[in-house]
Amino acid sequence: MSAGPVGTAPVSAPALERPVTGPRGRTAVRVGPVSVVLRWRHLLVPLVALVVLVLVSAVSIGRGDYPIGIPDVLRTVVGLGDGPQEFIVLRLRAPRVVVGLLVGLALGVAGAVFQTFARNPLAAPDTLGITMGASVGAVAAIVLSGGTSAGALLGGLGIPLAALLGALVTGLLLFLLAWRAGVDGYRLVLVGIALWSMGAALVDWMLTNAEIYDAASAYVWITGSLNARTWDQAVPLAVALAVLLPLALATGRALSVMQFGDDTARGLGLRLAGAQAAVVLLAVGLTAAAVAAAGPITFVALVVPQIAVRLAGGSRPPLLASGLLGAVLVVTADLVTRTVLPTALPVGILTAVIGAPYLLWLLVRGRRQLT
Amino acid sequence: MTDVLHRGSPATTGDPARVRLAADSVRLAYDERVVVDDLDLELTEGSFTAIVGPNGCGKSTLLRALGRLMRPTSGRVLLDGREIARTPTREVAKVLGLLPQAPVAPEGLTVADLVARGRHPHQNWLRQWSRDDEAVVAEALEWTDMAGLGDRPVDALSGGQRQRAWISMALAQGTDLLLLDEPTTYLDLSHQIDVLELVGRLHAERGRTVVVVLHDLNLAARYAQRLVAMKDGALVASGTPAEVLTEQLLADVFDLDARILPDPVTGTPMVVPVRRLR
Repeated sequence: MSAGPVGTAPVSAPALERPVTGPRGRTAVRVGPVSVVLRWRHLLVPLVALVVLVLVSAVSIGRGDYPIGIPDVLRTVVGLGDGPQEFIVLRLRAPRVVVGLLVGLALGVAGAVFQTFARNPLAAPDTLGITMGASVGAVAAIVLSGGTSAGALLGGLGIPLAALLGALVTGLLLFLLAWRAGVDGYRLVLVGIALWSMGAALVDWMLTNAEIYDAASAYVWITGSLNARTWDQAVPLAVALAVLLPLALATGRALSVMQFGDDTARGLGLRLAGAQAAVVLLAVGLTAAAVAAAGPITFVALVVPQIAVRLAGGSRPPLLASGLLGAVLVVTADLVTRTVLPTALPVGILTAVIGAPYLLWLLVRGRRQLT
Repeated sequence: MTDVLHRGSPATTGDPARVRLAADSVRLAYDERVVVDDLDLELTEGSFTAIVGPNGCGKSTLLRALGRLMRPTSGRVLLDGREIARTPTREVAKVLGLLPQAPVAPEGLTVADLVARGRHPHQNWLRQWSRDDEAVVAEALEWTDMAGLGDRPVDALSGGQRQRAWISMALAQGTDLLLLDEPTTYLDLSHQIDVLELVGRLHAERGRTVVVVLHDLNLAARYAQRLVAMKDGALVASGTPAEVLTEQLLADVFDLDARILPDPVTGTPMVVPVRRLR
């Protein structure tokens, strides 16, 4: 009975070979006990996104009242610039772009994680109420700071911390309310929508009762803006992402099994409850960090993973590509709001204006159906 | 290269009396509602068992408990003598594979990717796609006649092909035991036969120990060596198809007045319904 398997791979060993069992465009790499499958489109899309990101960021840093060319920007960034340029690039303009880039990265990855986990392309920090929770925190800090003692406490925290707190509390509520011996994706979306509505009502109520000046500044925050960002926002965000992003990217293996549904995932040996908790909390953490730095820049987490999966192929949004494309979208949107448009709009408005038509175009063009 | 697919070697099928999977006074409940109560069942090495019973009798629930998808509120499920609830899920996944009822593949996933996912319990961070993995997946595709469809998205397949792809994945998982929950649901008759032939070959040629929940009594009698009949969460009868499928049992368990004739093709019992009792 134990004849050798038929149709096996060639046994003699080049380290790179195309698996006989997979679609084209991938290569198995084996070095000693280490083996992985590389999918070229999963490498190409992030690579192209990275190049585009560097260029757009350089253009964005270069544009302003005192224009600087792309080569000079790049030279300055690597430490070869002269005095005044260095001040303008590194002190004045870079923080804004860096915040935008990191926010896009975090939101793209968080969206991809949520959508894979919930097996639902509509699941994203926006729709699940987490960014709304951040808005509740931030608006409370802006509007209530003069009044009640709780409001004063929030105001004392500062808007970013209040937003972070709002997002984390909402994320935790989402997790606890959706948890019933594991998190069901469908339940997660329903609980998220309920939390979103409650948050929206709270924000509206606070805005209605607010002083007109407070309401206006709260409104700008709610739309998501990169105005006047300095290293004070960029550095904490970078530190948070340095911890959260590698962990989030490491959930890829678990996600690729989770997307089959609970029973199959367990049958394949996944410790489901632990993996679900890790995945949801990481995505909540990424969202909270991003929103605390720039406000709820909407649509990035929702639309970018869907764009990434259509560009890179495969059965779920690729994490790294989603992150990098998210960064490209936010930085590009910010560049457009600052330069092309006659009035400077908050970046959150434009991410929707750019992202949505592009997704629609991919949907119309593609053969894939939405589930 | 270890020979994960071939379980038919004498070393693993030595003792046909060896109990691989057992339920020991198991009680299963969803919240307060008890579905299965005080049930005992032993499944031996190399057996092919079909669990039958009317809708809602608890047969799928029992299968879930046997597959560690559900924890008994009392009693134990034992895999190779060890309590399954206390065995790490990954270790279970190397010995016991399961195919849920009507599983759904993510959109855009290819057949080859689906089958490759069966290797998950054998992989880790460093060892994501070894030669073993590749050989086993290639062979599983070949063996289930899916090799030509490796590049096709699972959602573009017909129902019968889709079920073959899932069985191919279970085969690639390389487990001794295989639990299938109504693998013929939504299939037309010829594809039901096709799927059960495949499962039968897994048992006969690969030495897999198979437990399958089935609705169709005639097909269960034809393919399984042993039938287990359940009603209201209890085990009512167990034995060869000829022992279990009696006119009395059909009346008791299914409320069905029926005649039993020998199947003209295989000689196994064949149920010819007359009318529903009561």
